[in-house]
Amino acid sequence: MNNNENLYQFLLRCADDNLIAGQRMAEWCSNGPILEEDLAMVNISLDFLGQSESFMEYAASLDTTGKTSDDLAFGRSEREYYNHLLVEQPNDDFAVSMVKLLFFSAFQKELYTALMEGKDERIAAISAKAVKEARYHYRHASDWFERLALGTDESLRRLTYAVEELWPFTENLFETDEVYNSLFAEQIVPDMKSIREKWMTTMREVFSNGGVDIPANVHMYAGGINGYHTEHLGHLLCEMQYLHHAHPGAQW
Amino acid sequence: METVENTSAELLAFEARLAKDEVIEPKDWMPADYAKTLLRQISQHAHSEVIGMQPEGNWVLRAPTYRAKKILLAKIQDEGGHGLYLYSAAETLGMDRAQMIEQLHQGKAKYSSIFNYPALNWADIGAIGWLVDGAAIVNQVSLQRTSFGPYARAMVRICMEESFHQRQGYEIMVRMMRGNAEQRQMAQDAMNRWWWPALMMFGPHDKDSAHTQQSMKWKIKRQSNDVLRQRFIDKTIPQAHFIGLNVPDPDLKYDEENKSYQIGEINWAEFQQVICGNGFCNHARLSHHKKVHREGEWVRQAAAAFSVKQKQKQQDLATAMA
Repeated sequence: MNNNENLYQFLLRCADDNLIAGQRMAEWCSNGPILEEDLAMVNISLDFLGQSESFMEYAASLDTTGKTSDDLAFGRSEREYYNHLLVEQPNDDFAVSMVKLLFFSAFQKELYTALMEGKDERIAAISAKAVKEARYHYRHASDWFERLALGTDESLRRLTYAVEELWPFTENLFETDEVYNSLFAEQIVPDMKSIREKWMTTMREVFSNGGVDIPANVHMYAGGINGYHTEHLGHLLCEMQYLHHAHPGAQW
Repeated sequence: METVENTSAELLAFEARLAKDEVIEPKDWMPADYAKTLLRQISQHAHSEVIGMQPEGNWVLRAPTYRAKKILLAKIQDEGGHGLYLYSAAETLGMDRAQMIEQLHQGKAKYSSIFNYPALNWADIGAIGWLVDGAAIVNQVSLQRTSFGPYARAMVRICMEESFHQRQGYEIMVRMMRGNAEQRQMAQDAMNRWWWPALMMFGPHDKDSAHTQQSMKWKIKRQSNDVLRQRFIDKTIPQAHFIGLNVPDPDLKYDEENKSYQIGEINWAEFQQVICGNGFCNHARLSHHKKVHREGEWVRQAAAAFSVKQKQKQQDLATAMA
């Protein structure tokens, strides 16, 4: 159905990661702990959506059936979504959202930095723009990590809970498969082991600044990139794709 | 800000400045009632921007395209930003944001009644932008010349963004009216529900308006409710007809001579009910705001505690260095 199956798959993963992360972040709209933070989270959500759209448009350009980026975003079911498990996890509270953003933005900033050097020019160009946003998201999330870690007993308790809930989904960010390996062989995507090392170095620094322990001996979940998801994703898509399901074929 | 009353020389000087269309700044002398009226109006305006994020936020997760989702998020972000400027403008009159929020929660401060109506289908997002923001702009353009400097300056910036909101709302209506029968029906449904509340946004008729006369004298308000409402009506009805929307007013007449529309009677009983707190969403909007504020308290406390600890750390470091 498209000209380059592996590239197409990888683009969907990037697009889906950002779309789901953006949708989750948008849940904070009119629900933030203070007006400034409400605006910051909406802004981060907008960045994710913009990044998602860039990747999705590229994916759509490889689709030979004439699908648009909107068709791909609003017309696929949870088994056809390829985002990582981390981004689909529910917000629960502000600490969960900020820890999720920390893990994800630290991953994205390393990934984008490496993709800028990759052989696919369009991915490199999208990444060059996106990396600036990922760095800003990382700064926002790591600042909050420190504030919550060193703030009050309650904020530390909530932060620790968030870390325990989300850490098991972090190894999944670095999972590779045939799709990834073939693009790695083509020098389009980087060695995931080096991304993971850089990510771990960042985590050690952030956790140490906050005096929080990195969880040890935890079971790590795999999936997402193969369309195997936690039950949360279906509900998110149900809401996001509501109008398309209620009015099939309508143009918006 | 000096608010001692009965200082007739100062009052005369103040009125003379207004007569020359001079701008009043926070440090200038002003009558206590002038400050009170402004604080009421600006804080109400700020609360309206923030409460207004709720009905739109209700659709942000269901926006049907990338473009629609991005525009709506950006728009809501603008509204929150307007809330911030306006809280800051109101703070120049001596009340901080936390107090204003407390007054909102206690029901002492109001917000625009328009947000006490529910946003029920996607076309409502169009109608809110086109009609609600459209009505707000007419009012706010006039307020760019309000006599209090911080409020006037906030309005200049807000108007630029609101005119974008109005256009994006109309664009949604255009798309819906060009869509299938269900979409056209949704657009008409939204028009039917939002038209009259949008007209009520301008407030009671001039003859019944409690605040108009004094506010006009102080040049806080530059044009009357009825004048502004009529401007909105004459601007908006042709836009509705252009895309095939009916105006839900059986008594609507066009006055050829004055090139102006005459509307039927506004349901002022409904207006009073919503103002008194009996609108469909009054309770829901306020209790949502309270709930979010309560749930965010631990975050605000953590940030405050962290800030105190950081300052202490810096002081300790400075002491150790000395």
